[in-house]
Amino acid sequence: MSMNPHGQESSASGSQMAISDEVAIQLNNVHKWYGQFHVLKDINLTVHRGERIVICGPSGSGKSTLIRCINRLEEHQKGQIIVDNIELTGDLKHIELVRREVGMLFQHFNLFPHLTVMENCTLAPIWVRKMPKADAEETAMKYLERVKIPEQAQKFPGQLSGGQQQRVAIARSLCMNPRVMLFDEPTSALDPEMIAEVLDVMVGLAESGMTMLCVTHEMGFARKVANRVIFMDGGEIIEQNDPEQFFNNPKSDRTKLFLSQILHH
Amino acid sequence: MSEQSQDYTTGQHPDLPAPITSTGVIGWARINLFATIPNTILTVLAVLLLLWLIPPVIDWAFISADWSGQTRDDCTREGACWVFIKVWFRQLMYGRYPVDEIWRINLAYIIAVAAGILLFVPGLRGKPWIGLFLLAGFPIIAFYLFVGGSFGLPDVETPLWGGLFLTLVISGVGIVASLPIGIVLALGRRSKMPVVRSLCITFIELWRGVPLITVLFMASVMFPLFLPEGMNFDKLIRALLGVMFFSSAYMAEVVRGGLQALPKGQYEAAQALGLSYWKMMGLVILPQALKLVIPGIVNTFIGLFKDTVLVLIIGLFDFLGMVQLAGTNPDWLGFAIEGYVFAAFGFWIFCFGMSRYSQHLEKKLHTGH
Repeated sequence: MSMNPHGQESSASGSQMAISDEVAIQLNNVHKWYGQFHVLKDINLTVHRGERIVICGPSGSGKSTLIRCINRLEEHQKGQIIVDNIELTGDLKHIELVRREVGMLFQHFNLFPHLTVMENCTLAPIWVRKMPKADAEETAMKYLERVKIPEQAQKFPGQLSGGQQQRVAIARSLCMNPRVMLFDEPTSALDPEMIAEVLDVMVGLAESGMTMLCVTHEMGFARKVANRVIFMDGGEIIEQNDPEQFFNNPKSDRTKLFLSQILHH
Repeated sequence: MSEQSQDYTTGQHPDLPAPITSTGVIGWARINLFATIPNTILTVLAVLLLLWLIPPVIDWAFISADWSGQTRDDCTREGACWVFIKVWFRQLMYGRYPVDEIWRINLAYIIAVAAGILLFVPGLRGKPWIGLFLLAGFPIIAFYLFVGGSFGLPDVETPLWGGLFLTLVISGVGIVASLPIGIVLALGRRSKMPVVRSLCITFIELWRGVPLITVLFMASVMFPLFLPEGMNFDKLIRALLGVMFFSSAYMAEVVRGGLQALPKGQYEAAQALGLSYWKMMGLVILPQALKLVIPGIVNTFIGLFKDTVLVLIIGLFDFLGMVQLAGTNPDWLGFAIEGYVFAAFGFWIFCFGMSRYSQHLEKKLHTGH
């Protein structure tokens, strides 16, 4: 089921950023087990720079595990994961190199509650990138403005709403100037009216050409920004296609069943 | 009431003051003291109990007490005889430390208290440095001041140390050392490296599994047996090491509680940003984990502070030891109660101080989540 992301018809939004030939992430025959449980089965995936991929599937299908393997929050036992030409092995140096280039967003935001919004954003640039504090704060302010909450910079995360916290989390990731962003169900823990404000920021990010891998159930978002939608079930990639084809003309029965469950209720 | 509420148009209702019966002193008393009949009965009983207990205590400790004089003949024995404490005060505070050298101890106290007060000055910059000085610089200064033998200060051997001074030295060393060692042990116990993990578990379980009395006995009686002939370790140092390791083991488990209470997401977010293990621990995990377990840490400190009285059994005369020694002096037999009340009061001051400080810290570090 390999496909060429180039020359593909534009998705519903029509906003197509250039996708380069450069490979950002490469997964070759990746397997992962939790104890005896086989969570990821022979995953092959190539992500080009600038691509925006939405991964969906029923719960327990391994989609979160898959993207968590990409920055080594989970360890794979077999196969090869190469991010930015660095292979992820047990080598801590490599892992840290990859992690500073790959931003990640979590379902529960995971902001650091003991630090202000500003400190959350400047922590990694200062300590990992060795950026001077003033520069880090300037960068942080730029991204806080981009996610539209510069006025909250001196507050603590506990004083913000869920949507605001998730936007801070996006700003925090962007401050590291990542080359790839991973999203692990970023809107699942949010109230409906807050989902929109987070998705808006994510759409903006997509339009800026960020390489994105996004596990989400927001099919509207998938239609609007994805170049490719991947459907996973039982630890396997069942189907991948551009959103147009994926939603209107799903090939496998499992995909059809899944789509009917999430779209018609 | 219903007529009043019609004075306002719907949607324009102003904020009215709460009824007087639910606020102020009367409101507080109604809610807390006389809410129900059992509550009222308990209130009355408590007041009667206090009326029965407090006047005799005040009479004994203050009104009928003897305050002036130099010998036991000045004690009328109608109330407490604080002359006893007055006469023995220097020994209770400093043990047999030479009188001419006591200024060294006082100087160290002054430095510590001054640095401590600076920590409370609101808005002062450089507080982390003051804290670091108290934890790292001050012990070195205090060591040279207390021990002497250099900088032209006469040597004062540790058998002369005693009283509240010795209590503060032992508990101070225990407190300052147990937190960092405990943190390292706690991290080690959660390490993914089997060797480090087993070493830490063994250390913790070993020290936590024996009573402090046993540790002190071993330190003073058995430990020298294993040393080569002629080699001699200061008894105080042996006791200090015992207290230090003992309290570190307790501290390790308190800190581990904090580490485990943090959501996994905090670790993952820190890792995902590319922070290394030590940066993740130092910048993200420990600040939160330690804040969570401040009550447990202070609990351990207070326990340690009071446990130092056990050094009496290996022949070190701490605060309580000196009180007992003074009470068994033939000239001053029969004043044990005054001595113990004074000792209890002394311990209480320090423990209550630690407790209040921990509450202050908790409030200060609260960030509204």
